[in-house]
Amino acid sequence: MTTATVTGKTDEPVVGTRNYLTEGGVTLRSWLLTRDHKRIAILYTLSITLFFFVGGAAATLIRLNLVTPPGIFTPDVYNRLFTLHGIVMVWFFLIPSIPNTMGNFLIPLMIGAKDLAFPRLNLLSWYLYMAAGLLALFAIVIGGVDTGWTFYTPFSSMYSNGYVVLALAAVFTAGFSSILTGLNFIVTTHRMRAPGMTWYRLPVFVWSNYATSIIMVLATPVLAITLALVAVERLLQVGIFDPALGGDPLLFQHLFWFYSHPAVYIMILPGFGVISEVVPCFARKPLFGYKFVVWSSITISVIGFFVWAHHMFVAGISLYAGLVFSLLSYVIAVPSAIKVFNWTATLHKGWISFDAPMLYALGFIGLFTIGGLTGLFLANLAFDVHVTDTYFVVAHFHYIMVGGMVSAYFAGLHYWWPKVTGRLYHEWWARIAALLIFFGFNLTFFPQFILGYLGMQRRYFSYAPEFQLWNIFSSAGASVLAVGYVLPFFYLGWSLFRGQRAGANPWAATGLEWQTSSPPPTHNFDRTPTVTRPPYQYRPEPEPQDV
Amino acid sequence: MGSMQILPATASSHAADMDWLFAALVGTSGFILLLVFGLMITFCVRYRANSKVERGNRLGRTWRLEAAWTAATFAAFLALYFWGADLYIRIHRPPPDATDVYVVGKQWMWKIEHAGGQREIDSLHVPVGRPVRLVLTSQDVIHDFAIPAFRIRQDAVPGRYETLWFTPTEVGEYPLYCAEFCGTYHARMGGSVVVMEPSDFQRWLDGQGAGPSLAQEGEALFRQYGCSGCHGAASTVHAPRLEGLFGRPVPLEGGGTVIADDRYIRDSILLPRSEIAAGYPPVMPSFAGQIGEDELLKLVAYIKSLADRTAGNTEAGPPAGGKQAGPPAGSAEKDAR
Repeated sequence: MTTATVTGKTDEPVVGTRNYLTEGGVTLRSWLLTRDHKRIAILYTLSITLFFFVGGAAATLIRLNLVTPPGIFTPDVYNRLFTLHGIVMVWFFLIPSIPNTMGNFLIPLMIGAKDLAFPRLNLLSWYLYMAAGLLALFAIVIGGVDTGWTFYTPFSSMYSNGYVVLALAAVFTAGFSSILTGLNFIVTTHRMRAPGMTWYRLPVFVWSNYATSIIMVLATPVLAITLALVAVERLLQVGIFDPALGGDPLLFQHLFWFYSHPAVYIMILPGFGVISEVVPCFARKPLFGYKFVVWSSITISVIGFFVWAHHMFVAGISLYAGLVFSLLSYVIAVPSAIKVFNWTATLHKGWISFDAPMLYALGFIGLFTIGGLTGLFLANLAFDVHVTDTYFVVAHFHYIMVGGMVSAYFAGLHYWWPKVTGRLYHEWWARIAALLIFFGFNLTFFPQFILGYLGMQRRYFSYAPEFQLWNIFSSAGASVLAVGYVLPFFYLGWSLFRGQRAGANPWAATGLEWQTSSPPPTHNFDRTPTVTRPPYQYRPEPEPQDV
Repeated sequence: MGSMQILPATASSHAADMDWLFAALVGTSGFILLLVFGLMITFCVRYRANSKVERGNRLGRTWRLEAAWTAATFAAFLALYFWGADLYIRIHRPPPDATDVYVVGKQWMWKIEHAGGQREIDSLHVPVGRPVRLVLTSQDVIHDFAIPAFRIRQDAVPGRYETLWFTPTEVGEYPLYCAEFCGTYHARMGGSVVVMEPSDFQRWLDGQGAGPSLAQEGEALFRQYGCSGCHGAASTVHAPRLEGLFGRPVPLEGGGTVIADDRYIRDSILLPRSEIAAGYPPVMPSFAGQIGEDELLKLVAYIKSLADRTAGNTEAGPPAGGKQAGPPAGSAEKDAR
């Protein structure tokens, strides 16, 4: 195990100059035609950052509009803003976020492989993603879409006057990017593990991405078919979902949520993976209940396919369907709860330090727990009848997606930043950002639970005056949150050029990715590593450099 | 500016039950949250890297602990599940004496028709203490009829009848919202539910002008659209008589039976070939695209008003007024689907 080699000089050459950032040239062409999983991960990181700021800008305008009850935008502008926010954040940030950036970069490193199984497909996946993203931006620029990210029929197919088909085409295309990535991860995990890297020696991050990939490959085609059918109905007036043409609007909801509920797990499972890496490292202890954590991921990815109609308790499904889907939704809460208990138990009798990645990870556990518990409220049939389609739902899924997934993304970004860039960032700025995000997030979204129970409905450009106070809290929180999200942009940007050199293993962590230099060489390892131990073999005593 | 309000008004019998469920959910999750946060904070302080506290004798075999907390959480979850499911079943079973009110959503207004023919837009007047059953549909896109003070809501889906019922307990005016995004003015599609003393409500009904009742208007439409030509008493066409039909089982061609509820009547007018009554030739033309949602509701109300009558050559049994007649048809429909 290497010790942290942190030097004070910033102009010192990278330890072992051979690394993926310079090997193979630094021309634009060498980047755009690269087949190196690490370079593709960088391409993805830059692109999803762009989309994060586009979606974030829309969120800022939404919160600005909601400061006063009448609002400041016209209804059509507001409806386009929340649709843009949803489509961009779900399909162009959250779905690809951790898998396509950290998953791409780390899975081969963690299993001791030279690359993913299909490097060309990996690059194609990025090009499809970019094509889809540009198509979505184009639809926004020429006039936007007002259907909401859920594209409910018959509104989307027959009544909306936005550029619905373009937006559908964008999401359709993005789906293929997901499928290719999922396929690549599954094959890579099965076929390319280093000698001695048995399934139970895999880091949980790899397991989580494997579970995610199963969902990507199995669920995404259903989304593609559904969106294509909406386009067919809209363009050719073939009756599929519109009852006026002989179609069934609930059919759309069943098909849409058959993808979109598992997609929630596409968005959160990789986050579980990141947290399962970070917590043991900064608690200096093996992960508590490794097998339970692993199998709860797999369980979630399977049961996740059978809970979709809990989005439809008031949509007109039968009583029996409601009873069954509610029960299954309670069942799937159990493996998520198991994970939270295991992370907490990992802290027990550890040697805990509070570096930025750990602060983000602890923030994740807190926010995810609140998000998960309020999920139980919504899985509850009678309670759901009162709060579905209100701000209670908005608050709940932002706790999971933003409080959970984005916090996990930042935890991972800070944890592996030294590995990816070979540089360290300013620790205190990172800690301040982590705290701002945690408090800003709670101030933004906790009032929305109250608003929802009081009866403020979703997707309202204006609202009754009695809801204003809680909305002002929420918008104030959003500005704190915005500062928290912009800060890393500066201190990480600074670190790229001026940050201290990180050694191969600044956190004294155990994974294979830390055993090669930072940044890693193009082929990852000089010699294929042989694995002899399970993951997370942190020593019971803190190593000297940690104190 | 709004106040620090935390709970909405509680104005129906269901609302009070729901707030107890809410309290149980908050209690259970508050307990789990305190446990997790408490343990996390305790561990983080006690076992921080530079603390010298004893760390020997760590938890060894983990499966007992795992099984224990898995079982404990699941048991707590199950209890909450049954509680919520019980309430949900109850709000889907309207009492037989509920009064029907018909609601049609359209971009961006709620059109409401009372059985006596009184109409209102974006407001719903109901008497306190009496159960009311809403029959909801939509003329264009999906809407959702939400009354937070009653803790209930239901999507109004084009092409379908959905039902929703409540018993108001407090006189007053409560906001009514559309809760399913339906286009530009979604946020403006709403109004209020006015709960009145029964005597005031009767005065309100009377003050709305004495027009024909829904069923009477339906009867006129029944002749206007030529339905009576085949289904009327004098008809020579072999078509089912509609007297005494509503709320009773209808045997279908090719096997199976279906309860003749709102949905069945509506579908039979628009999609006459979908469920053909056994023994009748499928000769009825479809009226899809010719009859609007308001008129359909009136036709249904008319056929429903025939439920207690007997036709000359009745096919169905004598009107028993049993538990399937009238309003419970909506819940029977829910179960059958």
